Amino acid sequence: MVSILVTAGIVLTLGAESLRFFASGEISVWKFFTATKWQPAIGEFGILPLASATLMTSLIAMLIAAPLGLFVAVYLSQYASSRVRAVLKPILEVLAGIPTVVYGYFALTFITPLLRSIFGENVVSIYNTASAGIAIGILILPLIASMSEDALGAVPRSLKEAAFALGATRLETSLSIVVPAGISGVAAAFIVGLSRAIGETMIVALAAGAGSALTANPFRSAETMTGYIVRISGGDLGYDTVDYNSIFAIGILLFLITLLLNIISRRIVRRFQEVYE
Amino acid sequence: MRQVDLPAFRPHLGRRQKLAAVWKILFLMSTLVGIVALAALLLSIVNDSFGVVALQFDIDPASLGQEGRPLKRLQPEELGEILTSRLSGGLIRRLESEKPLAERSREELYELVIERVAKLRVIASWPLAASLLQRGQILEWRAQNHPEAALRFRSWVSWRFLLAAQASVPEKAGVRTAVLGSLWMVLIVVVVAFPLGVGAAIYLEEYARENFFTRLLQLNIYNLAGVPSIIYGILGLAVFVRLLVGLTSGAAFAVGDSSTANGRTILSGGLTLALLVLPLVIINSQEAIRAVPRGLRYSSYALGATKWQTIWHHVLPGSLDRILTGTILAVSRAIGETAPLVVVGASTFVALDPSSIFSRFTTLPIQIYQWTARPQAEFRNVAAAAIIVLLVLLLAMNTAAILLRDRISRSRRE
Repeated sequence: MVSILVTAGIVLTLGAESLRFFASGEISVWKFFTATKWQPAIGEFGILPLASATLMTSLIAMLIAAPLGLFVAVYLSQYASSRVRAVLKPILEVLAGIPTVVYGYFALTFITPLLRSIFGENVVSIYNTASAGIAIGILILPLIASMSEDALGAVPRSLKEAAFALGATRLETSLSIVVPAGISGVAAAFIVGLSRAIGETMIVALAAGAGSALTANPFRSAETMTGYIVRISGGDLGYDTVDYNSIFAIGILLFLITLLLNIISRRIVRRFQEVYE
Repeated sequence: MRQVDLPAFRPHLGRRQKLAAVWKILFLMSTLVGIVALAALLLSIVNDSFGVVALQFDIDPASLGQEGRPLKRLQPEELGEILTSRLSGGLIRRLESEKPLAERSREELYELVIERVAKLRVIASWPLAASLLQRGQILEWRAQNHPEAALRFRSWVSWRFLLAAQASVPEKAGVRTAVLGSLWMVLIVVVVAFPLGVGAAIYLEEYARENFFTRLLQLNIYNLAGVPSIIYGILGLAVFVRLLVGLTSGAAFAVGDSSTANGRTILSGGLTLALLVLPLVIINSQEAIRAVPRGLRYSSYALGATKWQTIWHHVLPGSLDRILTGTILAVSRAIGETAPLVVVGASTFVALDPSSIFSRFTTLPIQIYQWTARPQAEFRNVAAAAIIVLLVLLLAMNTAAILLRDRISRSRRE
């Protein structure tokens, strides 16, 4: 009962408040999605700069976490001995249990200086989406790795043994038999990871910088949707101001995106279960 | 075993095996990346938590000595005189109201003079690695810029750091208010989320029939578990802080500290976090209840027990260890949460301890966020120290969860 109430509550409050935002007459839904400037102070509300920054950090995160996560999963499920696994899995779990604000600190004090020393101080600003993206990648790596490992581990033994019997090496078995067989589970893991990356807040609030910007350069600062919500609500926010209503509009967009991604991933997992039972 | 040797097979074999070896190294490397990331994370935190600091007095204590005697030798009256002549009237009145200056001992007065008049300040700090490896450069820097400054090795994590309240200067800042805020938060989360979560799980597993409505409910719970935490923050802002302001500010019970908090209280934050972890608690408890063998239930029914008696005496005790472990893990997630609390309106600077659930609050992660976001390097050290406190707290909770599980499962077996 409570959960229905909570969902209904989320949808209702977000819906009502964002309606108020759009009904305030300062901004149309159409402009919200197409305008390219986000400057609430002068009445410019275009979600694109925020959305593109979110997309940028999430993409960088996925570029890191997707291949690494899959490789770790393959290694753990196909190569590692049970003793190695007993050491590695807790490490991944520790990595997954660290609060995100710590990753934010890590991004700002370790990854950013590292990037700046590699690419040069002029190229990389202090706050940049690349460093936030890398930190998010490390954050979702254990999630993707453990979900993918479950999927690969569920592939029937007989498939693997058949491949070995035909003379395939362990690599050939892994890449052309096990991974394709478990691909739906792996895809679901990627999607869940992506939804975590999009909703991630503290890392981008600390490392990606304030001030929205429409830029394709990962070494410039750009504010994401979640980063904006945190910055705006960090101060004492007056009720019914445009700022106050705008965070609900962004909130409902975020909610819908992640809800959609989660539903898709559950669909994929369910189909996968039907195939192999 | 005899090696199979087919002519058509051989030419590719070397290439295939080489490829296999390369990929195996690739797999191993990517696993190592995870470990390296964890190591780098921990190292950079430790690196910033300890290190050399340069300390300097605003006013040299030696110049405060009188008639050729150093400051340490002065009589209490003389020390009191220094205080009254150098400090503002307001500060003196505050100190007097804490404890009259005339009643203070010489040591207390001496410390006051050092703290308030001479003002020992950290003017620069270096991380651990630099402190150990680049000693020469640090000494050179001091010789050039601040020849009178003293270099000390300082551990930013200390008892004083744990027990001191928040302060505006990094070397005096502590985490007591933040830790207390976090503990209050945990209390509310447990009180709200545990009964609701376990109740919902019992209903779904034992009572609910499989129909459209329960399937919808179940789907809902899974989806809620995947909603970004900041969305809960927005929900909490709209519902607890704004809509239920009378309840959460304490005005309805006429106990609230109505001066400042106006709904941005511990209660609002705690309820928001409780909502956040509720789906986790429900899912976990459901799995725990499902793991109780069916035979146990049937034996209980066979002896004539009612449904509730069966649940209370057999199902719950049988699944308690897993439920508790899951709850502790959910709570440790709540401890680390930052984003929803920022949105709900955790105060950034609270020097007073929270006194009730209607107080303004700050928590450990919020402090870490605030300190990290500040430009001064010394606050990085403080943030790193706070992270260590937070990680130790989380580690303690997880260990407690494991110990508890072992203990309960052992006592059940006996």
